[in-house]
Amino acid sequence: MQATIVEAVNDALHTEMAADDDVVVFGEDVAESGGVFRATDELLEEFGADRVVDTPLSEIAIVGAATGLAMYGKRPVAEIQFSGFLPPAFDQLVTNASRIRWRTRGELTAPMVVRMPYGAGVRALEHHSESMEGAYAHIPGLKVVAPSTPHDTKGLLLASIRDPDPVLFMEPKRIYRSFREDVPEGDYEVPLGEAAVRREGEDVTVVSWGSMMPATLEAVEELDADAEVVDLRTISPLDTETVVESVKKTGRAVVVHEGPRSNGVGGDVVARINDEALMYLEAPVERVTGFDTPVPLLSMEDYYFPHPPRILDAIENALAV
Amino acid sequence: MTENAPTDHPANAAVSAGDPRFLTQDDLTVDTHQVVGPDGSYDADDVPDLDAEQFRDLYRWMLTDRVFSRRMVSIQRRGELGTFGSTRGQEASIIGSAYTLQPEDWLYVGRAWTPMFMRGVPMEDMILFWRGIEEGQQSFAEHNSQIAISIGSHLPLVAGLAWGMDLSGDDAVATAYLGDGATSTGAAHEAINFAGALGVPALFYCQNNQYAISLAADEQTGANTLAQKALAYGMDAIRVDGQDVLAVYEAVSEARERVREGEPVFVESVTYRLDAHTTSDDPTRYRSDEEVDAWEQHDPLERYREFLKSEGLWEDVDHDAIVDEIEAEFDAALEAANEFAEREIVEIFAHVYEEMPPELQRQYEEFVDLLDRRPEMCDFIEQRPKG
Ligand SMILES: Cc1ncc(C[n+]2csc(CCOP(=O)(O)OP(=O)(O)O)c2C)c(N)n1
Ligand SMILES: [Mg+2]
Repeated sequence: MQATIVEAVNDALHTEMAADDDVVVFGEDVAESGGVFRATDELLEEFGADRVVDTPLSEIAIVGAATGLAMYGKRPVAEIQFSGFLPPAFDQLVTNASRIRWRTRGELTAPMVVRMPYGAGVRALEHHSESMEGAYAHIPGLKVVAPSTPHDTKGLLLASIRDPDPVLFMEPKRIYRSFREDVPEGDYEVPLGEAAVRREGEDVTVVSWGSMMPATLEAVEELDADAEVVDLRTISPLDTETVVESVKKTGRAVVVHEGPRSNGVGGDVVARINDEALMYLEAPVERVTGFDTPVPLLSMEDYYFPHPPRILDAIENALAV
Repeated sequence: MTENAPTDHPANAAVSAGDPRFLTQDDLTVDTHQVVGPDGSYDADDVPDLDAEQFRDLYRWMLTDRVFSRRMVSIQRRGELGTFGSTRGQEASIIGSAYTLQPEDWLYVGRAWTPMFMRGVPMEDMILFWRGIEEGQQSFAEHNSQIAISIGSHLPLVAGLAWGMDLSGDDAVATAYLGDGATSTGAAHEAINFAGALGVPALFYCQNNQYAISLAADEQTGANTLAQKALAYGMDAIRVDGQDVLAVYEAVSEARERVREGEPVFVESVTYRLDAHTTSDDPTRYRSDEEVDAWEQHDPLERYREFLKSEGLWEDVDHDAIVDEIEAEFDAALEAANEFAEREIVEIFAHVYEEMPPELQRQYEEFVDLLDRRPEMCDFIEQRPKG
């Protein structure tokens, strides 16, 4: 079927709820109204009020209870309505979800998913625009996934729900509905921890993920050189090998992400390239990122996240040396 | 308890005799304070001590609230705002409470915009806010007020502001407006307990408008009322009919007096959001037309008009002329907002720190240089589909 990213989320939830009775979906406004983005549409009708639950407005309890449900053997899929409202629950991710396996030497685990739309550009209010994957990827024991296509969204979400460890599933809401592609019916997985090469090329490696992929692919089309584009798909644990192999081939690299530059995931990608492929580099690795500022309110948010000309400019810099 | 809510709120359930060893919900009787009943009747002794001008003032502010919401929804539909949350139905709840506040008080609101105007914030700055222009918030701050977008996040701030007032020996109160949904956040519970424990001049004003987006208030909590939550934190509370502007005014002014004495108070105002949660919401997905129609019958302006008529004050109110004046004020505000000059790129980078760190300075300069070298950037920014 042809589906958008948000429809692929919905399809994955329908698929896994039908396959596994232990899957429980909950969060604010997910049941009766089907979610503010309709990601959980029709789940209540199909699977009933025991398994599809509108919760109180309580982010701490949503993430903490997901952890408890998972420890008890359920497969919780919790929704945080916007990623800007995860911070209150950061404590539960850091203190419990990410380390219950470690704390109990594997006796107890937290196979759970927290889904949340992230990123700027939908003309919403403050706290509806951030890309904080860098902060979340800094939590050992937590997996962080950010799909960029409908096909990957469904396959990655299915893999995330079945994963034995907690997964923060960051959905790129700016491109929730911006294109459709063929999404297989029924069951399939896209494995966590594996990047995808979106476009093969010889001259420069461009690494990106999630909400920045369409702009990145658009930018390389304008390029007078042959770029290889790597979509990380999973931010943590990060697929160093795919990135490094590509850079060894091209000798140049650019990382594109939406979140702030300092202490962002881009810095870590650069470090891994330096660790494993420094001698192959013909130019410093460029970063194209959001700024080290809060995301501006909607009147200026479009200046914040990288657009194709800004990405193109950095790629040309990397090629100019 | 007073039957003011047309829905079957669990607070209306009969008290059941339970096991006396257990404290139960029903051990508590929570009244809903009312001055003017739904039929417009009232006891003259209960009417707050306001003069004729103040009574008319309340009406004018309620109308301002209604007209402002209507105009904002309409310009949003024309694509002139990002989104907007209407307050229709909550006018008595919003105005009756805010009318008690003094300029030196601090105000942190949820769904309540007119209280900013009552403090002197120009209407155009509220339009700027909903257009995502940071100067709107700057203007609110100049009047000791802010809007909290992260639900519940402001309650601890209000506890701290109140603590500051206490430490400075200032005669003022810090007020948090919150919704029924906000009472479920961890931040709210910690803050209410904290303020109660420290005995700081904080006033928590909860507008129970029956919904947090799609979730009905009786699914938000197992508690019979929201007011009773404060008790567990050692704080006094009052529940009031939020469609009755005089009851709200009276309850909150009395609460404010207690708060000034270092006794924080929690007020639950029982009201209803008649419009959608925001312009992006479709309320037909979670509530019936019959329910909304029933609450339309509890229009707070209508009830207050009955009171003004009984008092002989209505003859001096030219309703249509007031509406025209408010419309004109809105037109002027919109025009001023439309003329707000396009801002410089530096606004993105300013105010992160008092002094811009070198790395941020570099990001700023690089970006300005890029916009200079690649004018097509601006096309991307301007042509990107909005919404
Ligand atoms: C911490 C947090 N979680 C979720 C949201 C998304 N959200 C915006 S308003 C709202 C409901 C708020 O309900 P309530 O507190 O009753 O206020 P009302 O909108 O009814 O005035 C939600 C869930 C948010 N803004 N902040
Ligand atoms: Mg509410």
